[in-house]
Amino acid sequence: MNLQSDDFELFGVPRCFAQDRAALDARWKDLQREAHPDRFAAQGAAAQRVAMQWSVRINEAYQRLKDPLKRAAYLCELHGEPIRAEDNTAMPAAFLMQQMQWREALDEAQGSADLDALDDETQDARGAALARCAELIDAQQDWAGAAREVRSLMFIARFARDIDSRREQLGQ
Amino acid sequence: MALLQISEPGQSPDPHQRRIAVGIDLGTTHSLVAAVKSGVAECLPDEQGRVLLPSVVRYLGSGACHIGHEAAAAQTLDPANTLASVKRFMGRVLPDIVGHDKLPYDFVPAQGAGGMLSLATAAGVKSPVEVSAEILATLRFRAEDSFDSDIYGAVITVPAYFDDAQRQATKDAARLAGLNLLRLINEPTAAAIAYGLDNAAEGIYAVYDLGGGTFDISILRLTQGVFEVIATGGDSALGGDDYDAALADWVLKQLNLQALTPEDKAAVRLAARACKEGLTASETVAFSACLTGDNISFDVKHSDFATVTAALTQRSLAAVRRALRDAQIGRDEVQGVVLVGGSTRMPQVREAVADFFGREPLTNLNPDEVVALGASIQANQLAGNDTAGDLLLLDVIPLSLGLETMGGLVERIVGRNETIPTAKAQDFTTYKDGQTALALHVVQGERDLVQDCRSLARFELRGIPPMAAGAARIRVTFTVDADGLLSVSAREQGSGVEASIDVKPSYGLSDDQIAHMLQDGFATAQQDMQARALVEARVDADRLLIATQSALDADGDLLSPDERAAIDSLMQGLRVALEGAPDAAAVEAATSALAKGTEAFAAQRMNRGIRDALAGKNVSTL
Repeated sequence: MNLQSDDFELFGVPRCFAQDRAALDARWKDLQREAHPDRFAAQGAAAQRVAMQWSVRINEAYQRLKDPLKRAAYLCELHGEPIRAEDNTAMPAAFLMQQMQWREALDEAQGSADLDALDDETQDARGAALARCAELIDAQQDWAGAAREVRSLMFIARFARDIDSRREQLGQ
Repeated sequence: MALLQISEPGQSPDPHQRRIAVGIDLGTTHSLVAAVKSGVAECLPDEQGRVLLPSVVRYLGSGACHIGHEAAAAQTLDPANTLASVKRFMGRVLPDIVGHDKLPYDFVPAQGAGGMLSLATAAGVKSPVEVSAEILATLRFRAEDSFDSDIYGAVITVPAYFDDAQRQATKDAARLAGLNLLRLINEPTAAAIAYGLDNAAEGIYAVYDLGGGTFDISILRLTQGVFEVIATGGDSALGGDDYDAALADWVLKQLNLQALTPEDKAAVRLAARACKEGLTASETVAFSACLTGDNISFDVKHSDFATVTAALTQRSLAAVRRALRDAQIGRDEVQGVVLVGGSTRMPQVREAVADFFGREPLTNLNPDEVVALGASIQANQLAGNDTAGDLLLLDVIPLSLGLETMGGLVERIVGRNETIPTAKAQDFTTYKDGQTALALHVVQGERDLVQDCRSLARFELRGIPPMAAGAARIRVTFTVDADGLLSVSAREQGSGVEASIDVKPSYGLSDDQIAHMLQDGFATAQQDMQARALVEARVDADRLLIATQSALDADGDLLSPDERAAIDSLMQGLRVALEGAPDAAAVEAATSALAKGTEAFAAQRMNRGIRDALAGKNVSTL
């Protein structure tokens, strides 16, 4: 194992979409216990620098592994199917229609009840897309199909953030 | 018969001697120093037995200064030269300070672009960093007297919501005070350590920390000695001072009065504070102050006080809501709410927090002392005294970091609440044919427009080979270390042209400035600088020799005979330098040679450590 190991190797977990979040959390803390710069504060600057590199790398891997969206995107990339969200925005018409409906509903939302309803709907859509991702990656190894799901998940995530900022505006 | 060796205090040749490390809470209103003595964290008192040091410095015309209680007593006598609450000015410019016209000070605007405001006093112009350093140095002397020994290092706490400029300013103050800064840690995290270890707490906790000038909220997960901050939020300009100001404004308005002179402004502020403190125990307290020409006295009911400060309390709760949202934690999942900071003694604050979380907050610890105590526990572990300790802090960065892009927009590179240390890279390109330089503007904040964020630094990457627009690939890397401090580097991928900075030019002091201030004898007036440099170089050298020897004992098998011989000879070289004529430069050179020569070994050891950790985990789970 070294700094170039992929996230799954670093965490010692199987290279698949389905992951046990509690196991990832525990592994992250175990690794940081070994590598965190605080453990080497009484040693020289060299140990500090190396510890920092490892600690940063462990945090990076943890961020990617614990978030299903980032994890799916990472698996697609490892299998030669980068997401390319910037220049690949072609989405199915039905999906775009739904996005437009959500946006309108968000613009018209008056209070937390409206926002909660939208939140629930977004969460359901997210759950369904993640389930499809799991099937496409772990069962079918359909990387192009999974990358498409990842792109739609990115739309959904952005919308969820917009709901949050709207909540903030309304002071909820 | 062999003679027993007796060493000078603080210069014991015993390599396993305990290192004295302290935790310092550098507060807006009070500051404290704590240390772990015989396994127990305790605050160190002054000669009169007082633990709290008022964060007040009075500058006298003679150039001398009074620090602490004596200075605090002179606030109405000599308001312009008696500086209180300077923490609110750290890393700030005048327009940042809301209500500065109500303060009795003679502000000096920042010089040039960036920079920090200063204050004109009878002893000359003082930066908030210098004032803070006086307070830190006083606490350092207190600790040295208490142990009758030099201090190895200190952990200093900062509000979690402090931005990079404010953290850098605090770090500069520590250097100026002659302290070896082991770590900056966040105040709520320090409080969680003291509370969590004391109560063997596990689960999700919220720390609500309302101090004299700053407000923090941190949501933490506590598991087996790991203190993981899930999200933090706050307001670095919201604290007890604002409650005082709101109360004073309201009373003056009721009486149709204004405080215009520095003496009146100071008197009104002190009266408001006394009234506020009285209202924690009584329903009605007289607001009384001696103003020019007028002695005022006005009865304030607690309900009035609560009403005129309700907006401030609400502001804190808005930050709590956001932190919970960032943490994706519901209010009902929080198992305990810890109150920290003297301002949480206000009943209306306690009630508001209890209402919000639907549970009584935990107050079984002294809200003034808990931060310093937690910092001292961390300091003790960082100094290597508590090898059995399994305390681990996983903290986050409070505010997003980004770069200015075309049109004054912010491209976010490191998001808020990301666990530190962290590094993030993003690729940028040129927008004109033949462009050979790139100006980078680093900002911090949550807003989309550069003008609404705090400008941290500007730097340039030069020497990019001329290419068509959009062909260059410039990778900009942001690295945030365990202190929460940022450094930025940029590299053109094709040509390898590099540029990098530690983010400090805008607000921090340059190394030259610090060297200059130190030479002026500031905060180390009685110290002989050269002697001090030699002592420090020797301490560093001893430290490295011990660390290297223990590394060799543990993992020497990783090295080939040649590698081992190279390290042995570097160690020998350093021992020779230590035993030779007193020469700080020679010791430093040999120390850095050994540090450099063991870098590869350190990397190998880390690899082994992590592999072992993983292997151990696999054995136990399979």
